[in-house]
Amino acid sequence: MVFANPQAALDALAAQKYLADLAVAQVVFLAERLDKPVLVEGPAGVGKTELAKSVAAATGRRLIRLQCYEGLDEAKALYEWNYRKQLLRLQAAPGEAWSETESDIFGEDFLLARPLLEAIRSPESVVLLIDEVDRVEVETEALMLELLADFQVSIPELGTMTATTRPAVFLTSNNTRELSEALKRRCLYLHIGYPTIEREQEILHARLPGLDERLAEQVARFVAGLRSMPLRKPPSVSESLDWAAALLALGVAVLDDSVAADTLNVLLKHQSDIDIVAKELGADLTET
Amino acid sequence: MRFLVDFIGELREVGIGVSMVEAVDAAAALDHIDLLDRDQVRATLAATLIKSSRHLEAFDIAFDAFFATRPRPFDGPESQGAEPPAGGSAGSGGIGGGGTDDDTDLMEALFRAVDAANDDLLQAVVRAAVGRFGGMESGRPVGGTYYAYRVARGLDLDALRRRLEAVGESDGESALDRRLRLQEVGRVVERLRDMIRREITRRLVADRGHLPVAKTMRRPLAEDIDLTTATRDDLQRIERAVQPLTRKLAARVARRRRTGLEGRLDVRRTVRRSLSTGGALAEPRFRKPRPGRPDIVVLADVSGSVATFARFTMQLVHAVSSQLRRVRAFAFIDAIDEVTGHFRPGTDLAAAMARVGTEARVVWVDGHSNYGHAFAQFVEQHLGAVTPTTTVIITGDARTNYHDPHTEALATIASRARAVYWLNPEDRRYWDTGDSVIGLYAPLCEAVYEVRNLRQLERFVETISVLRRDPARVVA
Repeated sequence: MVFANPQAALDALAAQKYLADLAVAQVVFLAERLDKPVLVEGPAGVGKTELAKSVAAATGRRLIRLQCYEGLDEAKALYEWNYRKQLLRLQAAPGEAWSETESDIFGEDFLLARPLLEAIRSPESVVLLIDEVDRVEVETEALMLELLADFQVSIPELGTMTATTRPAVFLTSNNTRELSEALKRRCLYLHIGYPTIEREQEILHARLPGLDERLAEQVARFVAGLRSMPLRKPPSVSESLDWAAALLALGVAVLDDSVAADTLNVLLKHQSDIDIVAKELGADLTET
Repeated sequence: MRFLVDFIGELREVGIGVSMVEAVDAAAALDHIDLLDRDQVRATLAATLIKSSRHLEAFDIAFDAFFATRPRPFDGPESQGAEPPAGGSAGSGGIGGGGTDDDTDLMEALFRAVDAANDDLLQAVVRAAVGRFGGMESGRPVGGTYYAYRVARGLDLDALRRRLEAVGESDGESALDRRLRLQEVGRVVERLRDMIRREITRRLVADRGHLPVAKTMRRPLAEDIDLTTATRDDLQRIERAVQPLTRKLAARVARRRRTGLEGRLDVRRTVRRSLSTGGALAEPRFRKPRPGRPDIVVLADVSGSVATFARFTMQLVHAVSSQLRRVRAFAFIDAIDEVTGHFRPGTDLAAAMARVGTEARVVWVDGHSNYGHAFAQFVEQHLGAVTPTTTVIITGDARTNYHDPHTEALATIASRARAVYWLNPEDRRYWDTGDSVIGLYAPLCEAVYEVRNLRQLERFVETISVLRRDPARVVA
């Protein structure tokens, strides 16, 4: 048992400066109890990846990360034979009997363990983070499915490898495609949205200790206001942190319209969004 | 246990598939938590039963209805028995006027609770207010929104908002602080409405049981709402759903266009690669395929009846525009005009649509749809836009108001284009009734689709944007 109850999970995460709400802690707790992977969804930059890192840090486990991308295949995710080394081995000892060579070059020395295999082979329990799982093709997803169901991998030349300790698995998704039903069925689902104003203020505070109380409040409230506007990419927690850091670096004590307008490019990533917000701020400037 | 089964039944009823495995998971998970803590139960059920963010809203509604009677930890001494349950004098008499002393007291209490940000107090006031103004009678077949409206009016939330807005006002306040403060007030009032809604749900459930209440609160998922008959509230929900949808669609189209195509062997890179393996050709390298990008012309009927539909079509087509060689948009009512310039990436689609209405010359005589004239005019003025690589998409209900349909004009367009697709937002049952001439146009098109909701629209846009050079005929 890693966490006694959801509150314990919440506190452990908070000690890692990851300020979650109770629903998040609840899922982390349940995942541990039920031995199930967690599928984390939500807008970019709300701390999905950070959650896995914090859980690893909070429980003192190693984090193994598999960054998914289009075209990720078995060789990159699971294992691969080290062809070059095998080739060198063959060239180094000509005239050797084949049976001997074969058993040699398909030994563990020539196996390149990729993240998934590494997580299974690890003698101590690890946290496995499969990041942006929605980017891989359906076939690769099926491969992960097999792994998540039984926590074992078969390598034809070596036999089946079973996990000695179950890794805690986190999958993150930006929801660019619907994941297969089979994958979703096996996971607990967690949707992380934008934090409340108070929570965001706490996060700003935890991550940027030098930030003034009042400025933190202004930032949190300003960003919350932006999120209710029709923007292409509403600012996320990571952006509001960047923004607060920038304000801190600029030595801004109190936020006002002109400062906000000048630093919008830190917060917003599209020119059209900047235009919309700048117009809003400008309208207020002329009004008063 | 029985409760859980009922709840899962309700979710399935709304259209959220819950598998057997998930149901078992939920039951197993409930073993590990404190069943009296409503928030824990909610988080647990959401984690095990819901597997998509699109379903969260529907889940919350169902959860409220089902678990409303469970006491919440901060409830405190409940005074439900003391409130006049039905036909209380204040309930029917005081509405709207807010004149009696009791009502004023209540509003004052509400203001104080909000101002002090005291949740327990607020909850108590909301409870009393619903008792006073809701006028809820047991057994009356009235939905929750009606009661919510009555309570909001009784409490005069608009006055409360004005009062709250006036509170923090000071001369030295910067414009930014002022805006932040007003936004805050807006959020507080919104939250209050939410509390009222929940309280009403709780009482309805206490009165009628959870199953019937969940049923009246059921709403279709946003992508299943009929676009032509959508209410304003529905449209807002669709609006919210469209944004993530377009992003998803764009990513998916980009991916599908790139993968599934075997590239040719790249000899040069394979040989170079082999140098690191001592000249053995161990790893073949392939050239990345570069598929041709389709060219799209949209002809959209923007008359009142189908304008919303045209707008969502434009939005989705533009979402995938980076995967298309060119998109040109034409709008018509009884005359046709090019509106491509109005739809640049990043523009506000609603505003663009409004500009189309005012700036483009889409009206010729009377502002009633005239497909025949629009097509004829297109052939006359814009036929150059259509080439053998162009896919033409026409959106509209094909209701010509009994004008000449000019099928020969559409035939001319179709003969020059690679394909013509017609999207009809009308229920298939009503096609070819009254002034609908879809039956005359259909034989000239590659295919005619009934597209009544976002889901169907999304599927269509995806299909056409990944078409290969030589498209197989798509079956409707």
